[in-house]
Amino acid sequence: MPCKKCAETPVIQLTNSDIRLCKSCFIRYFEKKALRTIKKYNLIDRKEHVVAAVSGGKDSLSLLHFLNRLSIKKRDFKLSALLIDEGIKNYRDETIETAKKFCEKNNIQLHIASYKEGTGKTLDSIKKQFPDTVACSMCGVLRRYLLNKKSRELKADKLATGHNLDDEAQSIIMNQFRHNIALSARLGPTTGVKRDKRFVPRIKPFYFLTEKEVATYAFLNGLIDRFKECTYCAESNRFVVRNILNDLEQKYPGTKHSIVASFLEILPMLKEKYKGQDINSCRICGEPASSETCSACNLLQKIKK
Amino acid sequence: MPTISLEREERIIKMKEVEIKEILKKLKINPTTVIIARNNELITEDVKLNKDDVIKIIPVISGG
Repeated sequence: MPCKKCAETPVIQLTNSDIRLCKSCFIRYFEKKALRTIKKYNLIDRKEHVVAAVSGGKDSLSLLHFLNRLSIKKRDFKLSALLIDEGIKNYRDETIETAKKFCEKNNIQLHIASYKEGTGKTLDSIKKQFPDTVACSMCGVLRRYLLNKKSRELKADKLATGHNLDDEAQSIIMNQFRHNIALSARLGPTTGVKRDKRFVPRIKPFYFLTEKEVATYAFLNGLIDRFKECTYCAESNRFVVRNILNDLEQKYPGTKHSIVASFLEILPMLKEKYKGQDINSCRICGEPASSETCSACNLLQKIKK
Repeated sequence: MPTISLEREERIIKMKEVEIKEILKKLKINPTTVIIARNNELITEDVKLNKDDVIKIIPVISGG
């Protein structure tokens, strides 16, 4: 079957539909959908400084490629990139080079912060110290901490991430499984329960695009160098939930869309419920914290013991 | 027989099947988790391959 819009050879069949699109019609569809998300949820205001969190992988390079095209076209926001080097040998060192090349070629300012410089340790060495702890749970804490701190230092108005529909559906289900609804209240196309100047709001322009659509966009724009998976990826709870959701999606197409759409209906109530929670300042580092000390400092104290 | 390059496992195999849907089924690969390229062009799962075709099965899953 040809492309639905122009009868050219298709490159993708969209999830949960019979619609097939060729290269140019798909790129148009993809960018229009991301732009609609930006407009609908007011993700980027005029003259804002948007810092894109990049890893050098297909999701973040697609995000940077899309935002760069948008900033050139609109000329009403400033774009730069922030990369966190966790210190994962044979993985991050390779994707850093890809990110550097991309930013150089496209004239985007790239800032790099590392766990080593921020905490004195690489993720590889932390994992060696705690072999029985899932690497992703420690990495997530430090990564979020550094992304927020560094983007605030860069005077970012927004921190854009490459999170897609699959990521969001996984987070919603993971929080359900763990009875962690307060965490779900922070999800959505723009994160956080209430505005606080210590937090740089995170925005997700690819919120309604599937992982397969992002990979297709990356491939068509020459952004996939070669497939590379994080060394610690298979350890995570997310990995298990991701496989469950992919199996469900195959059997019942549209499952992920339904999870996210249902969640968006109740999200305003969740935000309302949790908006009263105080945000403290960590007594060690001064960064925002839900208790006396922040999660990153709690972890760092454990590491130093 | 078409040649299949599995990017995740970094291995190349030959299969007698010519329908991508059948190839994925046989390899127990969920179609929602991959994209397929032939001569560096993406193709959909309903495409029938020629015997000399070489295709790449590329995982869409983020590296973390």
